[in-house]
Amino acid sequence: MSATGIGASVKRVEDHRFLIGRGRYTDDINRPGQLFAVIVRSPVAHARIAAIDAGEALAAPGVVAVYTGADMAADEVGGLPCSWLVYSKDGSEMKEPVHPPLVPDRARHVGDQVAVVIAETRAQAKAAAGLVDVDYQELPVLVTCGDAITDGAPLVWDDVPGNTCFDWEIGDKAATDAAFARADHVVRLDVVNNRLIPNAMEPRCAIGDYDPGSDLTTLYTTSQNPHVIRLLMGNFVLGIPESKLRVVAPDVGGGFGSKIFHYAEEAIVTWASRKLGRPVKWTAERSESFMSDAHGRDHVSHAELALDKEGTFLGLRVSTVANVGAYLSTFGAAVPTYLYGTLLSGCYRTPAIYCEVRAVFTNTVPVDAYRGAGRPEAAYLIERIVDEAARELGIDRVELRRRNFIPVDAFPYQTPVALEYDTGNYDATLDRALEASDWQGFAVRRQQAVGRGMLRGIGISTYVEACGLAPSNVAGQLGARAGLYESAIVRVHPTGSVTVFTGSHSHGQGHETTFAQIVSDRLGIDIEQVEVVHGDTEKIPFGMGTYGSRSLAVGGSAVVKALDKIVEKGRKIAAHTLEASAEDIEFADGEFRVAGTDRATAFADVAFSAYVPHDYPLEELEPGLEASAFYDPKNFTFPAGCHVCEVEIDPETGVVRVVAVTASDDVGIVINPMIVDGQIHGGLAQGIGQALYESCVYDESGQLLTGSYLNYCMPRAADFPFFNVGNHVTPCTHNPLGAKGVGEVGSIGVPPAVINAVLDALVPVGVTGIEMPATSEKVWRAICDAKGDAKGRAVAS
Amino acid sequence: MPTIALTLTLNGKQVSAEVEPNTLLVDFLREGRGLTGTHVGCDTSQCGACVVLAGGRSVKSCTMFAFETEGLEVVTIEGLAPAVVGGELHPMQAAFREHHGLQCGFCTPGMVLSAVDLVRRHPNPDEAQVRHWLEGNICRCTGYHNIVKAVQAGGGGGS
Ligand code: FES
Ligand code: FES
Repeated sequence: MSATGIGASVKRVEDHRFLIGRGRYTDDINRPGQLFAVIVRSPVAHARIAAIDAGEALAAPGVVAVYTGADMAADEVGGLPCSWLVYSKDGSEMKEPVHPPLVPDRARHVGDQVAVVIAETRAQAKAAAGLVDVDYQELPVLVTCGDAITDGAPLVWDDVPGNTCFDWEIGDKAATDAAFARADHVVRLDVVNNRLIPNAMEPRCAIGDYDPGSDLTTLYTTSQNPHVIRLLMGNFVLGIPESKLRVVAPDVGGGFGSKIFHYAEEAIVTWASRKLGRPVKWTAERSESFMSDAHGRDHVSHAELALDKEGTFLGLRVSTVANVGAYLSTFGAAVPTYLYGTLLSGCYRTPAIYCEVRAVFTNTVPVDAYRGAGRPEAAYLIERIVDEAARELGIDRVELRRRNFIPVDAFPYQTPVALEYDTGNYDATLDRALEASDWQGFAVRRQQAVGRGMLRGIGISTYVEACGLAPSNVAGQLGARAGLYESAIVRVHPTGSVTVFTGSHSHGQGHETTFAQIVSDRLGIDIEQVEVVHGDTEKIPFGMGTYGSRSLAVGGSAVVKALDKIVEKGRKIAAHTLEASAEDIEFADGEFRVAGTDRATAFADVAFSAYVPHDYPLEELEPGLEASAFYDPKNFTFPAGCHVCEVEIDPETGVVRVVAVTASDDVGIVINPMIVDGQIHGGLAQGIGQALYESCVYDESGQLLTGSYLNYCMPRAADFPFFNVGNHVTPCTHNPLGAKGVGEVGSIGVPPAVINAVLDALVPVGVTGIEMPATSEKVWRAICDAKGDAKGRAVAS
Repeated sequence: MPTIALTLTLNGKQVSAEVEPNTLLVDFLREGRGLTGTHVGCDTSQCGACVVLAGGRSVKSCTMFAFETEGLEVVTIEGLAPAVVGGELHPMQAAFREHHGLQCGFCTPGMVLSAVDLVRRHPNPDEAQVRHWLEGNICRCTGYHNIVKAVQAGGGGGS
């Protein structure tokens, strides 16, 4: 291993600019002549917009324009598209109501975009936004999955009966029913996967910048995938050809999925800039983020697990209602289907699985991918019901898992829900976790806690997930409306330094370092010689961006493919220089060598001769040394692992303290262990946040009660111990790096481990169930209820 | 609106400006002085992305008017280390890099400056002190693990 190659914990290249305050986030950009936009948002959850009077706002100081949905409609602006088409059981297409960037006649959630005020300064725009007079005629409101499916429920969309976007299924229903018919035990569980608000620390921001001279339009935006935004906005919403539209996503302050989607504000500022001939900037205030960034999760499920006497899983039956919010967001249809139902096999050999998902519209913010996206919902459901089964059958929960694991020799393993796992070793990650968490010593620790008057519990989850959605043609058959490959250009400069252009986007993941390590490793050059460029459609040929933990497995593989082409060409150049045949040239450690001799030429010399081709095979080879590649993966990758959480609960207050967290993951080959550990830490924190602290709450009228950091509980440093992370590697078998993906494992694996730990502590005092987030209040009430103590209930009513 | 004359020392240089009485310090820094290393992450004074040092103490620049810095020495993330080729990082900045205490970098300026104030008050803070001190700084990326390690290292102690 070289000092900066694959496997080295190289310090991050990008850190320096962030540490000295020279990062360049979208809101740090200001364009000459720039105007500021403020969005007028609906204060009510559901209303007919009877009239909008912008007269007073237009007369306010500094105001340049006020636009409404009618203005956009007059310009034939299209709706924000959904990039995945899902079919219902009966073969019908999902209901896909038009989602205009500014709503013309009806607001469907608190925060819905009703108008935009554009002024010379931000303060002027904000002041004038308050003067836009909108006549809202309120309509009945739906908030929860339960509200939406109630018979006779009011409708979010008049032409969507039952508020049902789609009613989808996966798996073999008859085979699953048969499995249940011969089961010795059936375990039943209702679970709720709480709605979350992603909260990347950088609020969204967008600047539209139309240049009347060149007729070029530029959008600077906080995006995880600028090319996707160019395609969606250019093609479907504003009708601007790719060649005339540039999308730049500079430094982005975290995404976690929430910056994948094409948002209304991007289209609004771009369209307004073209109308006004001046740049227009919009920056979200955090309260706007809460009511306009797509939310995550929000499933209500009933699950049943069929087992035989020995505890072998025979079948799993799942029925889920998924809240998609008021509109279908970019991946809103894919998350509760192909990223959820397909994962219900977990790590287990369950032979028959059937899952149905009814996706419903409600008067809430659209729901879409948030770190894990569908896979946390699947893992939570499986790992909760497996624990429940262990309790009901009196089988040790670790033993029950082991008995049902897909064994190492069964890979590649075809699940009954469409996926084929390429590789894994679930016993190995489990063993590692048990040892690292001192699972055996828990009984003693529990005893000690009793002495302090505390309830102590330990919980486990063994999960599998799927990253790098692929391949494109299969995804296309399943309804994807885009490709799922990644692109790269490797440009070798005349003196042998290298610039890599990647379609992946880094917003915290450290690609500028890891991708440079791949180059360093393959070309045998120092990492300081490598520059990684991303986030600009003008510089990068194409890209699908970064989400679903795909960057290394897909984007990194594209880089490898391009590097292979560079080496191949370099071999021919070296053959000419060294007067040997290309087949005899070996490349290692930055040198082309005639095999078995000491005749060699350095990579930098080959690069130089490619650009100064004086002694060069010009008849066969073009000058220059640059290669591009597109990589379309053959399959998903399947990271897996085991998470263990230990908690201590104060029965007097219900406060849950996380005392230990152990993560033992198999993310495939690791390029930079330091960065991988950091990704796992961050995912664990978000997963523990979901399990214990975070929840998006609307009241019955659709008002967002958790609309700021005062009432949406963001985890703080004091909420966590140090995390104990480690891995066991089984390389991915179908990509050239052997990498699987790491961005989401923490938020997928740990929530069930936390809740299983909380229940482990509470079941002995009579508590039978608890939902996320297990806040101190909820835990305290559960303890009171179990004791038959009316205290908790009295306060509740 | 009548303006107020303001003179302060900003990142080591004396600066005079006319500010409106309701101009927030963060807006003065970002928009008035182009110091965009100070970030805005919330509108309820909770995230700490906007932390700067004023008179040596860490303050949330979104929660202070610009005119309140009259006569004070204000240090933003840009002023912590000389920004020249080969310029050395402040020990706290270096510790964040060494311990991978940042991912997206958005919370980082606030984290670093909060930490500088912590170790000024409590050299060699223990883990609990660091975690408690960072109550007002939210990071969504790192799970705080490496931030705590970095702060302890930058404070001369810890691992
Ligand atoms: S911007 Fe969030 S605390 Fe100042
Ligand atoms: S590094 Fe991204 S918020 Fe802290």
